[in-house]
Amino acid sequence: MHVPDGFLDVPTSIATGVIAAVGVGLALRGARKELDERTAPLAGLVAAFVFATQMINFPVGAGTSGHLLAGALAATLVGPWTAVLVITVVLIVQALLFADGGLTALGTNITLMGLVGVGVSWLVIVAVRRLLPKRLSSVPIAAALGALVSVPAAAAAFTGLFAVGGVADIPVGAVLIAMVGWHSLIGIGEAIITGLVVSAVVGTRPDLVYAARPILATTRLEVQQTGVPA
Amino acid sequence: MSTPKPRTGRWFFVAFLAAALLIAGVVSFYASGHPDGLEYVAKTTGFVDSAENSAAGSPLADYGVAGVKNARLSVGLAGIIGVLVTLLLAGSLAWLLRRRTGHTPEV
Repeated sequence: MHVPDGFLDVPTSIATGVIAAVGVGLALRGARKELDERTAPLAGLVAAFVFATQMINFPVGAGTSGHLLAGALAATLVGPWTAVLVITVVLIVQALLFADGGLTALGTNITLMGLVGVGVSWLVIVAVRRLLPKRLSSVPIAAALGALVSVPAAAAAFTGLFAVGGVADIPVGAVLIAMVGWHSLIGIGEAIITGLVVSAVVGTRPDLVYAARPILATTRLEVQQTGVPA
Repeated sequence: MSTPKPRTGRWFFVAFLAAALLIAGVVSFYASGHPDGLEYVAKTTGFVDSAENSAAGSPLADYGVAGVKNARLSVGLAGIIGVLVTLLLAGSLAWLLRRRTGHTPEV
């Protein structure tokens, strides 16, 4: 969903640049609480992994394709604030080195894939985690549902920006239906991949998974109370 | 720098990096060449022509290394460079922001 230069007019691009700067500023502050000596290396690896997966476009039929936005994946593994930073670094590398996503659209892309993608994912993950049983197996399900919702949400957010500052004179309704429709399909692919990757990490190193921390804390407490040696 | 502690599980980090390098360096060649969702919608609804190319002068533009003729090698090398640059930038940022727990001496 990398927006190129030219889709949105200059005032809209400046506005999303300001939104992105404020969002990243808050994330720099918030990430301090999420990162420690164990999870900081993981954040670097998650960024590298997100970059790699975004090179893989999977077909979604009828001549179109999609790749992970990875907001849900990153938020689950390293926490929402760090996830915003992870996605932002990936987008900067892609725009500067690989000409993927416009330079004047960098603020737009950080806003859509970083702030909206991660934000919506995390809200869904927290809500689903609350509803599901407090087991580690709930974490990949929560992550997958976060992914499923976040992709069409980011597509709808793009359409909102297009309605305000789209350069081409196209009916917004048609853009909205097409964007949300196709990105709902991409969201299904993203949900499956996110669920599988999170399952693999939860299965090997649950202690590193940010979204699993409350569940691990509860389990540890129960183990202590029943007196079963850990 | 810091001394290794028990349960750092270094193999996990190595495996994670290996997966990223494999995906970007090898699997990327087989990615779908179809336009992504946004580009496809821009084409079908008719606003794709408003796109402008930026940073197209980069030697790594569009995930290929300038001057490398072999397509498989070109995209694979570009992917590996991207993974390592991203790892370095995001890893350094996260390391700078981390909570200091105190038992590791500052360098």
